[in-house]
Amino acid sequence: MLNYLWSFLILAGMLWGAGNGTLQEVTQGLLDSAKEAVTLGITMLGLMSFWCGILNVGTRAGLIDWLTGKLGSVLDFLFPELGRDHPARRPLAVNMAANMLGVGMAATPAGLEAMKALAKDADGKDRATNSMCTFLILNISSLQLIPVTMVAYRSQYGSADPAAVLGPALLATGCSTLAAVVFCKAADLVTGRKGRRGL
Amino acid sequence: MILWLSQVLIPLVVTYIVAFGLISRRPVFEDFLEGAQDGLRTVAEILPTLIGLMTAVGVLRASGLLEAVGEWLRVPAGWVGLDPELVPLTLVRLVSNSAATGLVLDIFERFGPDSPLGMCASVMMSCTETVFYCLSIYFGSVSVKKTRYALPGALLATAAGIAASIWLTR
Repeated sequence: MLNYLWSFLILAGMLWGAGNGTLQEVTQGLLDSAKEAVTLGITMLGLMSFWCGILNVGTRAGLIDWLTGKLGSVLDFLFPELGRDHPARRPLAVNMAANMLGVGMAATPAGLEAMKALAKDADGKDRATNSMCTFLILNISSLQLIPVTMVAYRSQYGSADPAAVLGPALLATGCSTLAAVVFCKAADLVTGRKGRRGL
Repeated sequence: MILWLSQVLIPLVVTYIVAFGLISRRPVFEDFLEGAQDGLRTVAEILPTLIGLMTAVGVLRASGLLEAVGEWLRVPAGWVGLDPELVPLTLVRLVSNSAATGLVLDIFERFGPDSPLGMCASVMMSCTETVFYCLSIYFGSVSVKKTRYALPGALLATAAGIAASIWLTR
């Protein structure tokens, strides 16, 4: 899927650029984005290392176990394939908590760790399991409770009430997450009946 | 109150974790360094994905295709109550966070953050994620090729978020 998506983005852009005479801009766009990606990587390097460090302090001190325990029933509900001692549970809990707090830089490393732990259960190495799909869909549905950066931008642009977005944002996030959970549960049911094959 | 909470949240979490580590008699700095090393490795691992994805998105944006699709979708967008001005944002939100932020700030500049458009854009940004970025970073890291129902599910959740934003701010 990723192969098709990626080549679609590239090919569609190139062909459209050729058809519209914007090939020069396309080349410039390519070079600029490569540079932008590295700049973003450098920013991530600092922030992610910091959060991974802090999270490790928390893990070693037993705080993450506490958090995982607190989120236990949520994890059981969302990821029924995982046993009580599955190694993915801790990073899953951290990822969800960090996403809710809006600390994306702490959520990503935990999310990658969780994904790796989940991938060990995959029977076909290149095929996503139900848990992996659920995890990804939940992440994309946005779990963030307080959109801190949006509030900051609003006040920067002279909003009379920058925080007015908080209520609707929370409700809308609830809607997208609810849709995600319902979809994943339905998919679990359908694929479960087919013996986790198909789809 | 909530605003204040959101400002002190990160300092609070960091303080709490470090203090808790100290009280549990852990070598906190060594623990920190050990974790930070993992962080470095993580970034090194996802950087190729990041470069691949961002260049592809850069090509797509520079070609002008997104604007063209935005033009085509103006009329159908009206049927579901989406303001034509927000169509490009909806599309770009799927592929690039920074580009989407740029579009939102542009809307703030032209219509004001408190206008119906500004509110809708704010909520839309808050309740969605960059679909293709998450998909490639997470599935790319474990080299999953068969993503099964992940993309349809992700798009459905995003659509639900966008629909809720339109409905809640009109």
